[in-house]
Amino acid sequence: MFGLKTDWSLEMPPAYFTLESYEGGAARWCPGCGDFAVLTAVQKICRDEQLPPEKVVAVSGIGCSSRFPHYMKTYGFHGLHGRALPVACGVKSRRPDLKIWVATGDGDCCSIGAGHWVHAIRYNMDMTVMLFDNAVYGLTKNQTSPTTPPGRKTNTHPRGAWLPALNPLTATLGFSNVSFVAQTVDWNPVHLHATLAAAYRHPGTSFVRILQRCPTYSDDMFAEVQKDSNRLLLLEHERGVPAASGLQRMYAKRMEHDPLDMAQARALAEQQDTLPIGVLFADPSRPRYDEYTAQGLEMTAEDRLNALESELDRFAV
Amino acid sequence: MRQKLSEATVEIVSDSGEGAQKAGQTFGAVSAKMGNGVWTVEIIPAEIKPPARSRAGASGIRVRFGTKAITNMGDHADLVVALNEQVLYGRLDQKAYKKGTVVLLESKWATDGLETIRTQFAEALERFEGEGLRVIQLPIEAACGEHTDNPRVGKNMFVLGMLCHIFDRDIDKALNEVKLVFGKKGEKVVAKNQQLLRAGLEYAAKNLDLAFHVPSTASDEPKLVMNGNQALGLGVMAAGMEVVSMYPITPATSASHHVAGSFHKMGGLVHQAEDEIAAVGFAIGASYAGKTACTITSGPGLALKTEFLGLAVMAEVPLVVVVVQRGGPSTGLPTKVEQGDLLAVLYGEPGDAPKVVMAAATIEECFHMVITARRLAEAFRTPVIVLTDANLATGVQPIKRPELDPEWLAPPIDQSPWPKGLAPYAWDETTGLSPRPVPGQKGGEYVLTGLAHTQGSKVAYDPESNERGLKMRSRKLASLQQTLQTPEVHGDPEGDLLVVGWGSTLGAIEEAVDRMREQGHKVSSLHLRMVSPLPLGLNEIFSRFNKVMTVEINYSDPKDEGPYASGAPRRRSQLAWLLRAETLVDIESWSRVQGQPLQPLQVEQALLEVLEATKASAGGKSPVTA
Repeated sequence: MFGLKTDWSLEMPPAYFTLESYEGGAARWCPGCGDFAVLTAVQKICRDEQLPPEKVVAVSGIGCSSRFPHYMKTYGFHGLHGRALPVACGVKSRRPDLKIWVATGDGDCCSIGAGHWVHAIRYNMDMTVMLFDNAVYGLTKNQTSPTTPPGRKTNTHPRGAWLPALNPLTATLGFSNVSFVAQTVDWNPVHLHATLAAAYRHPGTSFVRILQRCPTYSDDMFAEVQKDSNRLLLLEHERGVPAASGLQRMYAKRMEHDPLDMAQARALAEQQDTLPIGVLFADPSRPRYDEYTAQGLEMTAEDRLNALESELDRFAV
Repeated sequence: MRQKLSEATVEIVSDSGEGAQKAGQTFGAVSAKMGNGVWTVEIIPAEIKPPARSRAGASGIRVRFGTKAITNMGDHADLVVALNEQVLYGRLDQKAYKKGTVVLLESKWATDGLETIRTQFAEALERFEGEGLRVIQLPIEAACGEHTDNPRVGKNMFVLGMLCHIFDRDIDKALNEVKLVFGKKGEKVVAKNQQLLRAGLEYAAKNLDLAFHVPSTASDEPKLVMNGNQALGLGVMAAGMEVVSMYPITPATSASHHVAGSFHKMGGLVHQAEDEIAAVGFAIGASYAGKTACTITSGPGLALKTEFLGLAVMAEVPLVVVVVQRGGPSTGLPTKVEQGDLLAVLYGEPGDAPKVVMAAATIEECFHMVITARRLAEAFRTPVIVLTDANLATGVQPIKRPELDPEWLAPPIDQSPWPKGLAPYAWDETTGLSPRPVPGQKGGEYVLTGLAHTQGSKVAYDPESNERGLKMRSRKLASLQQTLQTPEVHGDPEGDLLVVGWGSTLGAIEEAVDRMREQGHKVSSLHLRMVSPLPLGLNEIFSRFNKVMTVEINYSDPKDEGPYASGAPRRRSQLAWLLRAETLVDIESWSRVQGQPLQPLQVEQALLEVLEATKASAGGKSPVTA
């Protein structure tokens, strides 16, 4: 009748996810915390990609930024200090259908969990790792972190941090089988979003260092680079963060950098005076451990029992 | 005329790399196939390649076989083949031999080019004769050399042939076993080794006046011969595990080797993590995502996993953790047995972290317990620890071939939509149990957290929520406890002394108890498989005996030395500690921590002492508090 298909109800368009689909409980970071911007960027990417919330898992360790999963309306795993990466790798190992976001801080990733950092990069399983680097321990109230610049006064080093700061970019670019390294800043939502989106789309472990201000303990940490946009170098490439007029207006210093160029990526990462933002390195051809770990998923119970029987035969007398 | 024996214990000891273990394993397999009861245990030096002729470097194997089932390594060897004299010293220290033990000793060292070696050999002979050993010097390598250009490599099969003659083994079965062992190396290698086996057999027949017969009964029941770690590995596969996440650690690793060898044929994954912490974290991640996972470790690894175990308890993540115990604390005795991790697995985590703890007592249980553990982990949404030890890990025994059951495998993960309004921890107030959402289930989205949380998995710092969570997690154990069977008493249900044990000591304890009962003592034993929660009914059983004691391989202060001699409170072995706390019974304990499995004779002597002391102090009846 009227030419309507009788089974029209079976052709309902798939649910359209809005930002609200990913918004969990009200975030309880300090007002002005850089983490809010990251959360919004991730929610936008989930929406843009139309990821079913039940297929998204946010994994974190312990620290201010590790509260991240609680503010996503997806599955989440808020585990132990320093141990987000092994958990994330375990989640991904046999669930290729799940999309993994890892939230970790400079203490979580570069100090107590540093061993896992080296190896998770080498495993190169498909996930996006966001290093919220505010160069200080916030949750435990202002202790020196591995990325605290020397001379900065903290509760554990009241006369100023003594050691040279650890550079997460050069470190990560030095790990074997690294496949994606980028840097962005919390105070530029456009660049933050574009960088995380590139990271999300990269197959393999995408490591993004986010310079993130702690309004309570390190509000001034990046004041100089914030004030003087010449201290930042905008990296542009079609395979990284593409050139966009909005960003070009903001940054006088720009550079076309091919993310496959590891030598140049390492040189850029070494720079202290001018901080590169954008994708430093991206090689989608690197081996991915999740392709190995997911082998055999299709096997039936019968297959398994048959294989086991022949295994038992080996011990038969 | 062969002398008939009900059982015999044989050792082959040598420097590392001389093939003693292969010869002994083959001897054990042949005996098992003939229908004998068998227990084989490897003698393993701590180093991979210890220097030759070193006293601590003894490598080898003990095979105890008999007409009836054999459940432990026994007391003293009846016959030893030693390829040099130095390796016997360590075995003597471990009281492996007795007066009259026959030693077939390689004689080439008596005429060695180096004077120091000749002197060592002469000194050793004197010592061994002083110990009452019956040493027979034999030019084993030279005799073997008449049949091969490389007797150093081939003499293990020559020795096997000698033993086959001495103990009347079925030669066809032995030749066939050699074929199985060397089959992969080609027909030439098989033929050569078979030739050496025959040569050894003929040599022994011509030159030795040793001929025994250990009757056996052939049975049609299908059997498998394996060690505890192999059984464990097969159990992991039969349990439907998908992920084994591990880090190398002695003596647990070989279990993972066995899994790794064939897991891919079952679609499973062995993940060798970057460290022990990551190994358990990876397993927890996989389990959170709905995949069955376990991690296999030993004491030092367990210590590193502690924080994650607490998280698994707190967030109710199903997980199986197998702990193959070794000597501790710290690096301790990596290759040797101890039952020292009981209290660590029960109480190792900060805060209250109730979890299920089971202990395998036999090699067969190493297989079946993993299957039970996986199901309990999922049903009770909790980590389950399975304890085994180095004795089970390396002991080899014929076991009944399990009939695989598809129900043992984990069901496919549920990806149906999560019921509307159902909380991720919708605890049943009575049982503490709750259904678990798995990522991918629409509407079940929740954030697992190690922080105190509500049943909605929302972080909660309020007083009620914290206490409620603790209560619900504890309640799960009580619910499980209600379903447990009261363990059976081995021997009479009442008497003078009840021995309580756990883990790999089962065979030695029951053998000791049986011997004492034959002598008329009113002794029984009880073996615990479930340690947390403990089964109900223990108090009632204990009340039927004048005295209750534990026998364990973990430390307890001796009664009669140092400050304890004058009555200072002493520290008890771990199960005794636990049972005293749980039952309020004045439980005695006896333990040894020498890195050795218990020998039935040791246990027998310990039980006699306690029995006599109890009788002396109470004039018959000692008070037992219930």
